Amino acid sequence: MKMNGARIMLECLKKEGVDTIFGYPGGTVINIYDELFSFKEIRHILPRHEQAGTHAADGYARATGRVGVCLATSGPGATNTVTGIATAYMDSIPMVIITGQVPTPLIGNDAFQEVDIIGITRPCTKHSFLVRDVKDLALIMKKAFYIARTGRPGPVLVDLPKDVQIAQTEFVYPETVEIRSYKPTMGGHPRQVEKAMDMILDSRRPVMYVGGGAVLGNAAEELTALCRELLIPVTTTLMGLGSFPENDPNSLGMLGMHGSYCANMAMTTSDLIIAIGARFDDRVTGKLTTFAPHAKIIHVDVDPTSIKKNVRVDLPIVGDVRDVLIKMIKQADKLKDKVTAFKTALAPWHDDIAGWKEKHPIGYKNSTTIIKPQFVIQKLRELSDVDAIISTDVGQHQMWTAQFFQFNKPRTLLTSGGLGTMGFGLPAAMGAQVAFPGRQVITICGDGGVQMNIQEMATLVQNKLPVKIVILNNNFLGMVRQWQELFFDKRYSSTCMELPIDFVKLADAYGAKGFSTSKPSDVEKIIKQGFKENGPVIMEFKIAREEKVLPMVPAGAALNEMVLNA
Amino acid sequence: MQHTISVLVENEFGVLSRVASLFSGRGFNIDSVTVAPTNEDGMSRMTIVTRGDEQILEQITKQLNKLIDVIKVIDFTDGSGIEREMALIKVTAEDENRAEVLRVVDIFRAKIIDVTPKSYTIEATGNPVKIDAILDLLRPLGLKELVRTGAVAIGRGAKGWKG
Repeated sequence: MKMNGARIMLECLKKEGVDTIFGYPGGTVINIYDELFSFKEIRHILPRHEQAGTHAADGYARATGRVGVCLATSGPGATNTVTGIATAYMDSIPMVIITGQVPTPLIGNDAFQEVDIIGITRPCTKHSFLVRDVKDLALIMKKAFYIARTGRPGPVLVDLPKDVQIAQTEFVYPETVEIRSYKPTMGGHPRQVEKAMDMILDSRRPVMYVGGGAVLGNAAEELTALCRELLIPVTTTLMGLGSFPENDPNSLGMLGMHGSYCANMAMTTSDLIIAIGARFDDRVTGKLTTFAPHAKIIHVDVDPTSIKKNVRVDLPIVGDVRDVLIKMIKQADKLKDKVTAFKTALAPWHDDIAGWKEKHPIGYKNSTTIIKPQFVIQKLRELSDVDAIISTDVGQHQMWTAQFFQFNKPRTLLTSGGLGTMGFGLPAAMGAQVAFPGRQVITICGDGGVQMNIQEMATLVQNKLPVKIVILNNNFLGMVRQWQELFFDKRYSSTCMELPIDFVKLADAYGAKGFSTSKPSDVEKIIKQGFKENGPVIMEFKIAREEKVLPMVPAGAALNEMVLNA
Repeated sequence: MQHTISVLVENEFGVLSRVASLFSGRGFNIDSVTVAPTNEDGMSRMTIVTRGDEQILEQITKQLNKLIDVIKVIDFTDGSGIEREMALIKVTAEDENRAEVLRVVDIFRAKIIDVTPKSYTIEATGNPVKIDAILDLLRPLGLKELVRTGAVAIGRGAKGWKG
């Protein structure tokens, strides 16, 4: 059947199983919107800003594991997606971004709302396509989804000129796709897995260091099984939280700049680090020359460029982390006797770890007169559903959430780890709530970040998305203020927000419910009230203004040089 | 250390800029780059001369392989390849220098491809080291303009790149 390009694009989305897109209309996508008007199989959510639409598609993808899709018009619509695309790229989130483009004869002429979005996004997309002929559109869409979701996932941009949307052709969706230049290695090499297991069983101070790859690769179950079988302590990065239950005795919590004392000490004194889908980011390693000086390193990752990029590696395994973990479990099964001996030999290591946990647990000093942010996070964990989805912005509240919420299930924490994007939390929660209308979705924000995409309150109310917005308000850009306090002699340059916002009135203006308190005794009551509401809610907690995130490894210091109290 | 890398790419829109922006974005150096279509439909071949230690070269190779349009990356650092480059050189050739330029051209088996009463334009082909050598000899005689193609490289032996 002959169709125009706009319709073909929608049919392709349907074929890929897409049920929701986040998009914003404009001149060069008006033909797509005209087709959408009568295309009932796809739900369209209209955010109030394209950046938020992109984060929402990202949040949808993080929560579900499926490809998130967003749509924007050419020019400013397209450039507004860039922060969202870069956020997804840094955290390897599968997304397809469709942008309108000026008609092909006008490309390069500086036409109205023309921008070279392929050029602008080249360094922050996994790949991109400019569709120049409607006959290529279906194959390009097939390739875009295939590239976005396979290997190390990532955002793929499809730039669709207006004349291509209007042009007609026969719609045939390819059943399969084969790209000769793109063949990610998925199966881990069996011999390498055998070697890895030998190294593990020979070690006496092993640590499993787990990153976002374990979440993205749906490997939480296998990871948990292997570590429980071998009694190997597990520490995760921010992105890896939820891949191993933090309530398990073998969990060390998060490592790195604001990681736990025991996790950072374990890494520093370990004799074998098994990195699973992690990339040795500078926030994790601290000073590289003193990082894990006694450890051999096994690195499992689907992306070969992650291996040996920052640290030396003794045994690389390229492949899907889930596949490798399954092979490791099978290999451990074959070596039952050695495994038993290994577990016995780990006793002194477990004693060391228990000692560190007891010496400096993650903690804070509570107060009866002023709300401590950590207390709010603990109350949120206590009062929220087991499968609640939490999103955060970036800064102090994000680290407190990572330290105190205790994540036990994968895909329950949506946070911008790599790029560190303020304004991510609220729209990402929106995307997750669209995907899971029946689940509790909570975004934990600071007063700075929440104002970067606060306009999405309108989208929440309009679409009846009951996201619970928790604002830890210290009237500061808290993380930068903390650095100024510790490293810049308390010169609080432009980090005080000065103008206090009435968030209750703001919620009211959008037609949502708002609660606010500065009393510790009200915290539980407000959370309970907020959770009971059927619609979106703002819960503002005016917290201790100069509370710090601790422990902290100062930038450039070694992992074991933590500031524990300051 | 200098390395010569062949990159087989899909002859797609924007592939050169993807490779170039990979090098600039990650702070890798490019000493020279050439690109042209191959005997296979839709496939082009780039030859990139770059520099860096072993770890940087490993990252360059892996990052190139990660680009969706890259079909194969071949590293000729280990001497497994033959390299050639062409240079077009315009030199002043007057009075007693005229004969000296001709002698240099003859020794290097280069060719005069344009001539005027005051100048010669020379075509020289060979290993990049040989091009450097002829330039060293011509420079004192009055080198007016130079254009080099950058190196191209191919593997030694009977096998093609597919093996």
